Formats: sequence, structure tokens, C-alpha cells
Amino acid sequence: MASVMATKPNAKLDPQALRREFPIYRNNPGLVFLDSGASAQKPESVIDGVAEFYRRDYANVHRGVYQLSQRSTDAFEAGREKTRAFLNAADEREVVFVRGATEAINLVAQSWGPAFVRAGDEIIVSDLEHHSNFVPWQMLCEQMGARLVVAPTDAGGGFDLAAFEALLGERTKMVAVTHVSNVTGAILPVERIVELAHKKGAKVLVDGCQAIPRMPVDVRAIGCDFYAFSGHKAYGPSGIGVLWGRYELLAAMPPWQTGGGMITQVTAAKTEFQEPPHRFEAGTPDISGAMGLGLALDFIEGLGRDRIRDHEEELTGYAIDRLSRVPDLRLLPGGQRRLSVLSFNLDGVHPHDVGTVLDQHGVAVRVGHHCAQPLMDKLGIAGTVRASLGVYNDRGDIDALAAAVEACREMFSR
Amino acid sequence: MTMDLRELYQDIILDHGRHPRNFRPMEHPTHTAKGHNPLCGDRVTVYLTIDGDKIADVSFEGRGCAISTAAASLMTEVLKGKSLTEAQALFAQFHAKVTGGAVGEVAEALEEDAERLEPLTGVKAYPARVKCATLPWHAFEAALKGGAAEPVKTE
Repeated sequence: MASVMATKPNAKLDPQALRREFPIYRNNPGLVFLDSGASAQKPESVIDGVAEFYRRDYANVHRGVYQLSQRSTDAFEAGREKTRAFLNAADEREVVFVRGATEAINLVAQSWGPAFVRAGDEIIVSDLEHHSNFVPWQMLCEQMGARLVVAPTDAGGGFDLAAFEALLGERTKMVAVTHVSNVTGAILPVERIVELAHKKGAKVLVDGCQAIPRMPVDVRAIGCDFYAFSGHKAYGPSGIGVLWGRYELLAAMPPWQTGGGMITQVTAAKTEFQEPPHRFEAGTPDISGAMGLGLALDFIEGLGRDRIRDHEEELTGYAIDRLSRVPDLRLLPGGQRRLSVLSFNLDGVHPHDVGTVLDQHGVAVRVGHHCAQPLMDKLGIAGTVRASLGVYNDRGDIDALAAAVEACREMFSR
Repeated sequence: MTMDLRELYQDIILDHGRHPRNFRPMEHPTHTAKGHNPLCGDRVTVYLTIDGDKIADVSFEGRGCAISTAAASLMTEVLKGKSLTEAQALFAQFHAKVTGGAVGEVAEALEEDAERLEPLTGVKAYPARVKCATLPWHAFEAALKGGAAEPVKTE
């Protein structure tokens, strides 16, 4: 199904050839798309695969006695198995389908949270977090009388491990951190964070939204307890996402939403719930979404995650270099290890004005606070201009971005 | 390009964006209100001194993009000395121009002021930016209504 003809094994990715697999480029000639961090474009294999599934195999899943329902269930559950393999998880029952990373984190905060967090306990997040990995914990803390503790980044934009270690204590119950920052591209030392947190008996949830589409992820090597990501940032459909959790943790968690598909028996007196993952999948799931996510993961695996990372790493380096040469452009630091997401400001020009000018040059970037207001407050800025990369980007895109920023600077300095 | 950017970022917009007029807090305003655009983080506080039916003084503070800062600056310039009825008429026409609504006429005495706001109407070609231009006006309106406890939002 995946038509990854554009690349040969071991060769570098060829973004120009890859664009032929993304119809959005055919329909928008000259598009300079630098907003994959918000949502990636979709390859033909995903678009066609989902359409074909509806044409041939679609019916509601589970409990259908007829063959069509069985085929649909098989396609849906194949998405789960592909996700398990992609994460190198031990057991496909650890893969819970949700709407996206936001719902995954809310699920943990609202199911695991009240069951295991008590008044006086602490939850640590980093100051780089997206609101989706910040607000659910803040609300849980308010609800339980617990305390939200924010672990800082250092002056260079990297996660400050020493400061984090000092914040860890016996009261820490959960550490929720991003794998790759959606603002600066900083890669967090998640393995080390897990090691330190586990020593204190705290659980660790990793927000993998920005990591999944662009680098190898092995949840057992990381050692975390929960891992969340969205399908749409990984070349898959929107509306599907994944919560991976250790089976014994999921099994100890109460249901979150209730309804059909997640029970074993309902009587007027009592309801018995299914085992994970179905316990957490009330109602008809996003059937084609799970199936399409499987195709998106096939697409990524077809290209090779090492190769995608190498490609984006190289392009990130080029972009840092190129943008640093634009006068008055200030790049936000992203630590020693960073990948694919770059934020900057142009002195004297508001990010929204930069965004409008860039758009008029055909360059699609995101401007604003990127759902990371705590970080914006810390840096004392209203927002940034953010460029983020995908497999289809090349140096030409970066050159177009830099030229458009230069034109913007010129226009505002007249 | 769908439209010449210089139509949007005219000299007068850049000038007012960089050097906003009446950009100061007011010690004893009779009316005040805050405006906030959560999408881009623009914040503006509008201060008014109303004497009878007249806007005796108007000023603002805040931070925002070139469009919203220039819009607030130009707004304070045209509002000073106007009656409340005149102010409402200017806002109604300006709002219609930038949102693509039916544009009514203003009294002859206000034509010159309406003209001063004309450079801002270029935002109508940029749907994502219309709210930048209307934010200070919404804050002005909220101030007249007694100033809400919460900032008025454009979202």
C-alpha cells in the first residue's frame, strides 16, 4: 500500500520526489509549507487507503456477527498492532485509541489522577509544555489539593536536569514532560528524567506529539509509564490519537468515560467494565482513523525513522544557520539537542505582522503563543513565528522563508 | 500575492504602529475597559474622560501588532472631542468597512474623521487580521457600557 518509491534504502530522503506522494503540493503549486508541527500533510497512501476502506470494508467494529463487521474490526485492530510495534510496546492491549494527545493526557489526569494523587502530593511539568500537558495537571491539582511544580529550562533552552532533580521528592506522584518541544524543538532527556523520577516512585508521562513523526521512539527503552501522541501530526488522519500505558497501570485505572463497547455486564444494580484497552474506548471509536493511522505509521516506517531524523536534523541545522544570518532575527534557543521546530522573532515587528507578510510570500508558518503561554511569559514575549519541518521540506523552503523574513524586515524598516 | 502588502501596511499604519498617539495611562478616567485577543495575545486598555455627552479625553495602553496599535492610536485621534453619538456612528461605519458589512453614510461633519480611518480598512482582505483592527473599538464600546470586569475578547 505505502508507495514509498521516492527513496532507496540507505539513501538520503529526497523531499522533492516525496512531494509527489502528497497531493496538497499538486493542488497548491509553489506552496512553502513549514507548519507540520501543527499538523502534517497527508500522503496519498493514507488518503486513498482510508477512502478505499470506506468503499470496501467499512462497518461498525466489535460484536458484529457478520463478515463485513469482522473485516472492519480486523482493520481497526491492525491499526492497534501497528501502533504497538511502532512504539516497541510489549502488548497491544497497552494501546488505547483516543482523539489525540490532548484526550490521552486528559484521560490519564482524570482516571489515574484522582485514583492515585492525594492532597499535598506534587506533579511536575516542564516550562516548555503545550497547554495540553499543563492544564489537565493544573486542574487535577486544584481538584485534589495537590501542587503543580514547574521544572525550568536553562538559559540555553535545554531542560535543566539538575534543577529538575532538586524539585523531585517523595511527594512527586507524576512527571509530565514533552519529548520534543513544540516551540523550540528542544529534545528532552526523557530516559534520564524517567530514571530520576522512578527513583522517587513517581510515574512519567511523555507527550510525544513532535517526536513520533520524526525520530525513533521506543517506550520500553525510554522506560516511561505513559506515552501520548496525535495521529494528524504523524501524517495520519485528524481525530485519532494514542495513549500508550503500562498494562498494570491501565488495569488499575477506573474507566474515564462510560457507555457502549467498554462493559462486560450491565445490570440495574451494577456495571462490570472491560479490561484495557476497551475499558477506555467508550462508544464507537474512530474506526477509519485507527486504520488510517496504521497506514501513516507504515508510511513513516517505509521511509525509515532514522532517515527521517537525519534529514530533519540536517535541515534544522541549515535553517538555524540561514536564519541566524537574517539581521534583527532572534532565534529562541532550544538547547544542545533540537529537532525540526524553530521559533523566532524579528526585532520591532510583531509576530502576527510577520506571519501576514510571510503568507503573502506563499510561506505557511504559525505565529502566536503556540499553546505555550507559560513559556511565553517566562521569555517575556507575546508570541513567536514558528517554522516546523516535515519529510517534504528541503533547503529551498528554508531559503524561501529567510527571503520572506528579509522582505518583511525591509518593509517594516522603511 | 493576492494584494499588495503596502496597501495593508501603509506608511500611516507603520507610523502609528511605531509611534502611537495618546499612548498613556489616564489617572482618573470616567470610563475604562480592557480588550484581549487571545489568538495573538494583543492587549489594549482604553481610558476615557466623558464630560456630559462629550469625549473630553481618550488614551490607551497595551501591546500588540502594528495593525492593532495603529488602530487604537487612530481611534483615539478621531474620538477626542466627539459626542457619544458621533463616536458610535464612526465605529459603526468603520466596523462595516472592515468586516464587509453594509456601509452606511456618516454625517458630513464626520467625513474627515472617517477618512482618517480609511487606511485601516485594508485588513478586510485579511480575515485573520480583522479582529486586530476592531479590538480597540470593542474595548472603547465596553468602556462606555461601564467597563466589564473581564476584558472584552475578540474570540
